[in-house]
Parts: sequence; structure tokens; C-alpha cells
Amino acid sequence: MNIHEYQAKQILGRFGAPVPKGQPATTPEEAAAAFTALGLPKAVVKVQIHAGGRGKAGGVKLVSSANEAREFAAKWLGNKIVTHQTGPDGRLVRRMYVEQASEVARELYLGMVVDRKAEAISIIASTEGGMEIEEVAAKTPDRIITETIDPLIGLSGFQSRKIAFALGLRDKQVGQFGGLLSALYKAFNETDASLIEINPLVVTKEGSVVCLDAKMSFDDNGLYRHPEIRELRDPNEEDPAETEAAKYDLSYVHLDGNIGCMVNGAGLAMATMDIVKYFGAEPANFLDVGGGANAQKVAAAFRILLADERVKAVLINIFGGIMLCDVLAQGVVEAAREVKLNIPLIVRMEGTNVEKGRQILKDSGIAVIAATDMSDAARRAVAAIR
Amino acid sequence: MSVLVNKNTRVLTQGITGATGQIHTRACREYGTQMVGGVVPGKGGTDFEGIPIFDTVEQARKATGANATVIYVPPPFAGDAILEAAAAGIELIICITEGVPVLDMVKVKKYLRASKSRLIGPNCPGVITPGECKIGIMPGYIHKPGDIGVVSRSGTLTYEAVYQLTQLGLGQSSCIGIGGDPIIGTSHTEALELFNNDPATRAVIMIGEIGGTAEEEAAAYVKAHMKKPVVAFIAGQTAPKGRRMGHAGAIISGGRGTAADKIAALKAAGITVAMSPAELGITMKQTLEARAA
Repeated sequence: MNIHEYQAKQILGRFGAPVPKGQPATTPEEAAAAFTALGLPKAVVKVQIHAGGRGKAGGVKLVSSANEAREFAAKWLGNKIVTHQTGPDGRLVRRMYVEQASEVARELYLGMVVDRKAEAISIIASTEGGMEIEEVAAKTPDRIITETIDPLIGLSGFQSRKIAFALGLRDKQVGQFGGLLSALYKAFNETDASLIEINPLVVTKEGSVVCLDAKMSFDDNGLYRHPEIRELRDPNEEDPAETEAAKYDLSYVHLDGNIGCMVNGAGLAMATMDIVKYFGAEPANFLDVGGGANAQKVAAAFRILLADERVKAVLINIFGGIMLCDVLAQGVVEAAREVKLNIPLIVRMEGTNVEKGRQILKDSGIAVIAATDMSDAARRAVAAIR
Repeated sequence: MSVLVNKNTRVLTQGITGATGQIHTRACREYGTQMVGGVVPGKGGTDFEGIPIFDTVEQARKATGANATVIYVPPPFAGDAILEAAAAGIELIICITEGVPVLDMVKVKKYLRASKSRLIGPNCPGVITPGECKIGIMPGYIHKPGDIGVVSRSGTLTYEAVYQLTQLGLGQSSCIGIGGDPIIGTSHTEALELFNNDPATRAVIMIGEIGGTAEEEAAAYVKAHMKKPVVAFIAGQTAPKGRRMGHAGAIISGGRGTAADKIAALKAAGITVAMSPAELGITMKQTLEARAA
């Protein structure tokens, strides 16, 4: 799960990280009031969306009056912003963040991630702040410093100093940076984060270290421990179909093709998308109905698939292990009747009680294209849309 | 011979009285697995269909001589269940539970490095040596004893591959579901190593997916050490970047972990990569025939 910059800064600030003071605003008036409340000669007004590249897209501005803050907010609120991370459709702006401006002397990069290879939390830092870290990794990998934290010992002082000196920090900045890292590590562990990215981390002209931007992502599996973090979910930033699918415990990802896929198991669901492509068409989605799919879940899955107007055929691929094919077939029949299915439906079933399942489909009277195996299913689905 | 489990494996179920624990303990026992005990804190002294239940893994191990355990407990307690099994000296710990927080696994993995226990999973279907021992949730009847090893990050896609092999008359030595999470007990590489050293395994099917670099590391191992043919498939060739595809570990992040990168690494290591998931079995058959010729 991702959250907005202002939310990440509020969390990190609570853990003691140096973040600029600021307030979110959902109307131009609120933006003007936030400027006044800061009581400073200058402020930065930033578009709040779950995507990067806002600065380059004109979504960030230094303002020196409440009026300027109001005007900049009015320009964006209710309009779409297109950045290199939003895709061509852009993202609707519903919120701005008005914060204290910093005079920047240096821009650095600081990240903290669950490092799959090290099987621990690692810190990634670079002198190349403001650039995407992937780009730095590709062009100048020698400018990236990585330090893995022992989960049983925690962050050690020498590790913080090592990174601070490698970043060219000096004097009191070294201690400040150590404090910042400790705050981030504590926040990471205590919120079940999967990523904290401070890009840029800046050294101000006065010589202080400040988190100018902040991004946080969380491990969905850890969120049961943090109801307060779960509340920060912004459904406006998510695909409505995916939000709907989540209600039924279905794992769904929208794609751009026209063959809707309904599969049990994540690996088989990906493989089904792949085989659709292998036979020359494009999958409309990833959809894992999970191990315990019943008629209700299958019906919900159908509705979600069919709500996408681009879907021209539905391919069901089930390998019934725990899930019984006859139960699934019953669910498919009920759901197909309920949603009045009017596009080709291709079903491939294998596994426990498969004969019973096939008979149920056959006897149902609904037009099902029965496939014998995965290749056959994909071939028939591709033929059905041509 | 086989890897990890055989007819002598004595298995505990942690979480034996939960719905999932009950169904699968029963199914594994019916398959012929020696299900020797269960662990449910507070229910020690009772039994599940004749299988004795203990309060702690330590008590269960002492009383039953168990050398393996399977964990079905809910995600908040799974990390603790793994640690308990390792502390009790259980050699093989198989964690089926899906949804274990990754930071729990960070700590568990660190602890396990200093222990003698091997963890499989979490978020996996389990391990089976066909005809001898099934530990986990896979449907037993699709398997057939034989000499092909199978290792996979996925559940149902593994069943698909096994079913294809069985249809073609190719039995399996053992099948290991290593799990779909970002941090897991046993990697592709470690599983390949087990199969490489197993005289009863003639060839291996490896099923990977997008995310992480486990398949690339496995490719390096194959290139340097593998004496047996390996056939692979990578799921997620059509997956978009930055989106989690069901499994917590199946995500292309920062442009890394793509199927294309993995397939290139596997091919460079001399592994035969099936481009369609429907061709895993036949690709293995052809690979074996080509070597025999």
C-alpha cells in the first residue's frame, strides 16, 4: 500500500525525522490559509498524488504570498496532472501540500527497503539526489552506497557514520544524519513499511539535513498490526475495479488487453496471461480467485471482468486441487446466468471432480466453449475474439 | 531416494484443529504420510482423529520422534510457529501459511541461519515425494513416482506442470513448492542443489516468476554445478512493472526482476526454457530424449 507525501512526512516526523512544517489543502482557500498559518515569507506548494515526477510536470511551486498559494492550488485542484509515472491518462489532483521552503545547498538520495537478496532491511544512499535511483544505478553505480541492517542487532552507529561520510556530510550533520537514520529505521519496523524513500534528502544552506520529499510503501501482510496506517489508504489513487475485487478477497490487476482471465492461484494466473499472449492476443487482467472460490466469489469476478468494456471473451482456467471442479462449475453456471453473459466463455478445468464439473457445464444450457488443456483454451479464446 | 521427505518422515501439524489443518492433515494421512502428532497451545492431551495433540512442539517432538512439521497457523502467529519448531530441533519445517509479514520473515530467516532446521515456504503448497510422503495442500493423485524433480514458487502452476509430466508418463522424484513470498526459507538454488545430489533425480523442472533475482542466482548455480538437465518456465512475461501479481514476491520493482531478464539468464546457463506453460511436460520429454539419443 502506498500513501501520499504529506502522510509519509507526518509519520516520519512523529518518529523524529527532520521534515519541513506543512499542511495539506483540498481547496484553494485552504492552501492560502496554510500559507498564512506557516507565517513564513516563502512556502512550497506541491500536488499530492501517488506518483513521482511532479516537479518536472509543473506540480511544485515556490510561492511568496497566500494569494500565490491560492492561485497555484486553484490551477491544479480538480485537474489532471501527467507525469512520467502516471501514464498518459494522468492523475486527478484532489489535494495540495503547503510546506515551509528550504534553501538547498546539496541534494542527496536516501532509501530504506526490504532487501530480498540480503533478506534484511538495507539502506541505499547516493550523492545523486533528485534523480531516480534506478537511473543512478544504471549510469553511475559507484555512487550508490548500500548497507544492510542486522535484524537482531539493529542499526549500528558505525553504519550511520559510514554512510554519512560517504555522502560528504561533515561536523554536526553526521550526528543529525545518524538521528535521521535511526528515526527511519524505527518508523520502518514499527509500521511494517516495505519502502521509505527520501529523494531528495537535502543539506540546507544553514547546514541542516532535511527530508525534502518522502515516499512510504507498506507490506500489505503487516497492515493488520497498524489500523491507523490502513486508514491512510486513498481509494481515489487506486483502480476502482481493484478496490471492488479486494472486497471479495480476489486479487485483480487491470491490464489493457481484451481477453478476461479468471484463474485459481497467482502463478497459474500469470501463466494464463502469458499463454494468451503466446497465442497472439492480450490479456485484460490478472485475476486470482484463490483457493476457496465459491459461487459468490465467481459471480463477483465475472462482474468485475465484464465491467471492462474492452473484454471480448472470458477465459476460465482452473486447476482444482483443494477447489473442487464441480463446485466451481456450479459457481460459473450461477454467475453466468446472473450476469447474463453475452460474450464467449471458454472454460478449461482440470483436477479434482473434473468429470462432474464438465457435466454440470454441459447440462447447464449456457454456451460454454470447453477446452481440453491450457493451449487449447488460449487458442479458442484468441479465436473467439477474432 | 528422493529429497527432503520419504516414507520414514514423521510429521507434526502445527495448527491441527483449524479448518485448513484438519482437512490437510486428513488428506496427507490418507496419502500415506506418517502424521504423528499435532500442536495446539492449550489443547495438549486431546487428539485429532487419533492423532495426539500437544501444547508445544518440544513436547510433541519428544513424544513422537517427529522430524518434520507443517504449519497452517494464521499469519500473525506463523513466524512464532516457525521459531518454535526450529528451537525444538525439527529438521524440516514447511510453512503453508500465506500472508506472513515480511519483517517477521526477516527475523525468522536470521535465526534459522544459525540453526540446523530447513524451512520451506511460507506461502507454499508444501513438499511431496510421490507414493511415499505428502506434506502440504497439493492434490496427491496427480503425482506419480519417478525421477523428475520439480521446484516452483507457485502452487497451482506446479500442479499444472506435474499433471503434464504424469500424463506423459514422467513421474516425479520429489516436488518442492518453495513459496511466493519475497523472503522464503529455501531458494530455487538450494532446491536445485538437493536435486543435483539426489541419485534418484534425473532432471529438474524449475518454475519461477517475476520479482527478485532468485532465478538468476539459480541460473548461475546451474551453469557452475548442475550435472542434470533443467527445464524452466517463468510466469509473468506479460505482467506490468510495479504491480504485485497476487504473490507478495511477484513484482517488478525498479525495472528489475522482469521475466525477460530471467529467461535470458536461464538460457545463458544452458537451461531449456519453455515459452508456454502448456509445454513444460513435453519440453522435459524432448530434452530427455535428446540426451538419450
